[in-house]
Amino acid sequence: MTEVQTKSAAAAPAAAGPAPAPANKRRHWREAATGWLFVLPFAVLLVAFLLLPMGYALKLSLYRSTLVEGEVFAFLDNYQQAFDDPLVREGVVRVLLFGLVQTPLMIGIALVAALLIDGATSRFSRVFRLAAFVPYAVPVVIGTLMWGFLYSKETGPLSFDFLSSGVVLGSLGNIVTWQWAGYNMIVLYAALQGLPKEVYESARIDGAGAVQIALRIKTPMIASALILATLFTIMGTLQFFTEPLILQPLNPGAITQHYTPNLYAFHQAFSFQQYNYSAAISFLLGAVVFVGSYIFLFATRKRSALR
Amino acid sequence: MKASRGSVAAHVVMGLMALYFLLPFWWLLVAATKDNDGLFGSAPLWFADFHLIDNLKLVFTQENGIYLTWLRNSAMYAVLSGIGATIVSALAGYAFAKLRFPGRGALFALLLGLIMVPATALVLPTYLLMAQLDLVDTIWAVILPSLLNPFGVYLLRVYTHDSIPDEMLEAARIDGAGEFRVFRSVALPAMRPALVTVLLFTMVASWNNFFLPLVMLSDNQLYPLTVGLRTWYMSATIGNGGAALFNVIVAGSLVAIVPLIAAFLLLQRHWRGGLTVGAVK
Repeated sequence: MTEVQTKSAAAAPAAAGPAPAPANKRRHWREAATGWLFVLPFAVLLVAFLLLPMGYALKLSLYRSTLVEGEVFAFLDNYQQAFDDPLVREGVVRVLLFGLVQTPLMIGIALVAALLIDGATSRFSRVFRLAAFVPYAVPVVIGTLMWGFLYSKETGPLSFDFLSSGVVLGSLGNIVTWQWAGYNMIVLYAALQGLPKEVYESARIDGAGAVQIALRIKTPMIASALILATLFTIMGTLQFFTEPLILQPLNPGAITQHYTPNLYAFHQAFSFQQYNYSAAISFLLGAVVFVGSYIFLFATRKRSALR
Repeated sequence: MKASRGSVAAHVVMGLMALYFLLPFWWLLVAATKDNDGLFGSAPLWFADFHLIDNLKLVFTQENGIYLTWLRNSAMYAVLSGIGATIVSALAGYAFAKLRFPGRGALFALLLGLIMVPATALVLPTYLLMAQLDLVDTIWAVILPSLLNPFGVYLLRVYTHDSIPDEMLEAARIDGAGEFRVFRSVALPAMRPALVTVLLFTMVASWNNFFLPLVMLSDNQLYPLTVGLRTWYMSATIGNGGAALFNVIVAGSLVAIVPLIAAFLLLQRHWRGGLTVGAVK
């Protein structure tokens, strides 16, 4: 590194001199060609596995497969069907309710944990940081399996059925909270570590307590990180899929095949071969998540500009 | 005095939270030492008759040792997707940060715009497109889509832009190095911390991936651990004869997460590094 820097210093006068025009042009051309060559693999993948599937899903969703005529253009029929489908509506209401309760709860836990480890410097706080983050390193499938055993009356510590229809949504929410709270804690903790210490040093001298500093000074100052964490959580909850799919066999009556919109789309495609209808549901869900994220970011941009 | 009371309260809260986060791991560790009867008949959070070795033997011999195949598949998908995605992201991230070429701004804007497209919405159309190319039920159906990592490109662009001065690259060019040589010998070594982070994250994401292989694969010889364990769990719950029993699934789960936890503890710094870069922007 130092070697390169000395070279750079030695070469500086030469670079400052007027370069011959044709050589310069050739260099620009070469740089552009290299640039394209370097982004080419990424660009190809972007087209093949993002733009093309998106376009294909849109096309599928506008067609209908019929026995007599094969694929026929149906325009918005599939979407109309999705809007009128009570099973879709049930799933949408469920994930919205889920997101509304689970998101603030989990971000709240993550924030409290982040403020605690930011305030404490003991060895235990380092151990705690690890403990909170480990669930994130575990596959969702295995995290769900473990909680499935703990929830069961036969293999769990409590003789209470956590998967009965009244409480199953909360039990699923607990799995998500367990798995992602530590991840969000680290994100928020990183933001807290980036704050200038002088700000709350002076508050402390003015007599503010640790709790006051945490709530009144630190929390507003990491607003942008909080917003981002909230956004990613909401996006995740709308796409809720793996946890209910894994636990479905434990109580198929409570966790139905249309439990979440994603689960419904999955079963429509792979259990009933309704690819067109499934594509319409997926596309709609994707569009809601996509547009929703940008509206959310736009609506909160003043707050995030604080940082 | 007041401060120490607050500190005690803080540690009590942290202690309770730590218990919550570690509870399932404790249960898994204990449960993996029990046979199927012990799983149902003994206190869930404490040891009973010790059958860990028997369980591990069962894990690796069930269905002619298919668990080992799944373990190998998971490792192969993680390594190939991880290395591939990191190379692709490094090339693109460097080009976006340091090379001027027509269309750069537009392509990068496209990347930023599409970073929010939810991956799950794309699995079905990707499956149907792959089916037309006869790639479904091959390892490529799992590996190729995993090579696309817009967030990795973004992260490496930010890192390269902020940490590699233009003069450093310019100096190498003036010394007569070609563009690829500049990338390989000057930029790549300087990008290393961010590269390790992207590699680690894509490998873990691939090891943990479930939806994509679930949809793409039907040959159980190609399954990764996540999909394989789910099929065992399904048949055990439904109670098909001959399938793995719960004790095998529990021990198999333990074996599956040990490498992850080891990697996580050894490479802590890089985990945190990656999350921090993501949090700042």
